[in-house]
Amino acid sequence: MTKRPMPQFFEPDTQDFWDATKDEQLTYQQCNLCDEIVFTPRARCTSCGSDDLARKISKGEGTVYTYSVIRQNRNPAFADLGAYALAYIDLDEGFRMLSNVVGVENPLDDVRVGQRVRVIFEKQEEGEYLIPLFIPI
Amino acid sequence: MAQQREAAIVGIHEYPSRYAPDVSAIQIKATSIKAALDDAGLQWSDIDALYDAQDGEGGGGLGLSAYLGIKPTVIDTTQVGGSSYEFQAAHAMRDIAAGKANVAILSYGSKSATLRTPIGTGGATRSGSWSANMEAPYGSTLIANYAMVAHRHMHEYGTTSEQLAEISVATRYHAMRNPDAVQAMTDLQFVGVNEITVQDVMDSRVIADPLHLLECCMVSDGGGAIIIASKEVARNTKTKPVWLIGSGEATKYRENAGDITVSAGAQGAPIAFAEAGVNPDEIDSAMIYDSFSITVAVCLEDLGFCKKGEVGDYISGGRMKFDQHGGPALNTDGGGLSSNHPGMRGMFLLLESARQLRGESTSQVDGAKLAVAHGNGGLLGGDHTGGTIVLAAD
Repeated sequence: MTKRPMPQFFEPDTQDFWDATKDEQLTYQQCNLCDEIVFTPRARCTSCGSDDLARKISKGEGTVYTYSVIRQNRNPAFADLGAYALAYIDLDEGFRMLSNVVGVENPLDDVRVGQRVRVIFEKQEEGEYLIPLFIPI
Repeated sequence: MAQQREAAIVGIHEYPSRYAPDVSAIQIKATSIKAALDDAGLQWSDIDALYDAQDGEGGGGLGLSAYLGIKPTVIDTTQVGGSSYEFQAAHAMRDIAAGKANVAILSYGSKSATLRTPIGTGGATRSGSWSANMEAPYGSTLIANYAMVAHRHMHEYGTTSEQLAEISVATRYHAMRNPDAVQAMTDLQFVGVNEITVQDVMDSRVIADPLHLLECCMVSDGGGAIIIASKEVARNTKTKPVWLIGSGEATKYRENAGDITVSAGAQGAPIAFAEAGVNPDEIDSAMIYDSFSITVAVCLEDLGFCKKGEVGDYISGGRMKFDQHGGPALNTDGGGLSSNHPGMRGMFLLLESARQLRGESTSQVDGAKLAVAHGNGGLLGGDHTGGTIVLAAD
């Protein structure tokens, strides 16, 4: 899976997140005023509206909240993959992110709700950003 | 709050063809508007309020006014996905009650079948926005987003694919009684234009685990139009008015620690029922956005037809069929699953609700008095809107 659509810039909300992937860091935000965890990245706290958000580095471990094994995708980048698992991952720090669960023999049998996973970073054929994916712990 | 009867649907038209390569989307809209005005016995020049979801190339609040040659003094271009028409109907109710509008038009036209738009399986190709930049690399498809809701619902509540399949079975049962739906399935080359069983659904191929092909809506051409009028106008129209008596609007989006099995309807629908002064158990027909089986399942719970987590048992045994008791008749036109889904089905939820309350459905509930139309726009497992309209017969 090396021709994934990549993030496009100018896009100031997610720039820092993607820059951090180059150092294999999974980052999230936390409000310095009200402690709210903010993800996906954006300019203001979703609880109090403050722009005083701290960037934090996640340990990269979490739990599969839910998933689907995709059998059909007409997007050329994914059309020939065979079945692959899309999932929402609840990171231990309290944020939820969309990703893929990889590194399993057969996603139909080997991915489940509640599964513990950790992040890996996949290098792409082109582009400098690494894509955060998850594998079972 | 005492029930208000200020605004009514007085004219309707559903564009009959679901495969229309020789017309444009804006032509479908204009044709439907004329037919709906004729249904009501109103004139082109009577229109004073335009609601438009900015669909149909060359349309929009300005473009459609220009195309039609009308000069409305209320222009509302609410676009919140497939539920846009429930939101627009809510706004028309308010604008009419406020005395700002007398004859409002809502219209829809789409060429999704002709253009072979891969709505469900095209995947997110756009990036460059704050949200798309976090999703594009992962090969998410629209169907997979809904499928993730289904998996979580199954995990938390023990819901099964066989139970969800009951929704597809009931809507197909209704579709087979609707000649336009039968023609649609024929034109769109459905394999087997016939009633289906739970086993048929289970035997159809999985598109995004756990959703099967027969749990997914069709991709059609089509459209329609609705005329909503003030009570003064409604007294003199050709048709029996169908009163809009309650509305609710809400959003839901992905949140950290959020419950994906709860939709926007949980926030908006109680507002609509309270305004209408009716309870869900009084509803005769429920038109609920069936993009997928799981959409209906979640929304049935969120509208209060059963408790959260209990929909699997609730829908079992054919309860949703128009000739069964114990629940409202579901999507009696055949739904998006088996009759019409060009992309924004909210229009058809209102059209079939009106037909039920006029006594004109091909799967007519005897003596239908109350209906609900609930649209879910966007992505059920991501960011979406819920629009609820409660309707009453004259």
